[in-house]
Amino acid sequence: MHVPILKQGGYLIATIQSVLSDADLLQLRDDLAGRVGQFRSRGVIIDVTVLDVIDSFATRTLRGVAHMLKLRGAETVIVGIQPDVAFAMVQLGLTLEGVGTALDLEEGLAFLNAKAKRGGVVAGTRSAAAPLSSPRTLHGAQPKRGSSRR
Amino acid sequence: MSTFNEEYSVPINSAADIVVARQRGRALAIQLGFNGSDPTMIAAAISEVARNIINHAKHGEIVLSGVHDSRRQGIQVIARDDGPGIANVEQAMQYGFSSNKGMGVGLPGAKWLMDEFDIQSQVGKGTRVSMRKWLS
Repeated sequence: MHVPILKQGGYLIATIQSVLSDADLLQLRDDLAGRVGQFRSRGVIIDVTVLDVIDSFATRTLRGVAHMLKLRGAETVIVGIQPDVAFAMVQLGLTLEGVGTALDLEEGLAFLNAKAKRGGVVAGTRSAAAPLSSPRTLHGAQPKRGSSRR
Repeated sequence: MSTFNEEYSVPINSAADIVVARQRGRALAIQLGFNGSDPTMIAAAISEVARNIINHAKHGEIVLSGVHDSRRQGIQVIARDDGPGIANVEQAMQYGFSSNKGMGVGLPGAKWLMDEFDIQSQVGKGTRVSMRKWLS
């Protein structure tokens, strides 16, 4: 099952649509690595709401994705981990150490916006306050990546 | 109850079969009366033992069934393979120990998720993991 990746201003949003096999997870990792470069994205949200289980492999892969994207200059936040899934992860001793997590998509966007602000990015650039309704305007008004980054 | 006499075997030959096995396990757990977070715990444990088959033996099977003793009912999960076997089972059950690409979380993690856990392995013959969770 292919995971669609949407571009939302300076962010990418990957919403997992069904239970993923290992191969799908690895495909998602490769797709995101490519898109972050293609769209010069600063943040990535991975929505895992539908995942029935996040086992050791999925945890390791998600953590790998986040760390890899960080090296590419993008912050990752995992959103939508269900209560039972979180409980099973705790029982398994699995952590997403060093990876941002948030309750849902809305909180995920807020998390990235807050990170961007702390990072000294000026409001109005791609990563701050991306309005859901008009991603195009934002896209058109983007300054060059280098100018807004330290 | 008819549910307890049925046995489901899920062949594990590729990573995609891991998903099939844990979905079947979850469905059976719910059918047997598990609720709350238990079906997810059982599915997660199945995911780990199935992955162990893929990582070490390549092929094997997961057998799911209802079980009961005089006092209680539950679910039984058996993972078996004819793979290379585990030379040092004690070491394999240590949290964080991994012989190859894993995190070393799978088998000990699965043990924590279930009520009973038994592993038997013979080098050159294969491995058999048997787990049970009881309805409280």
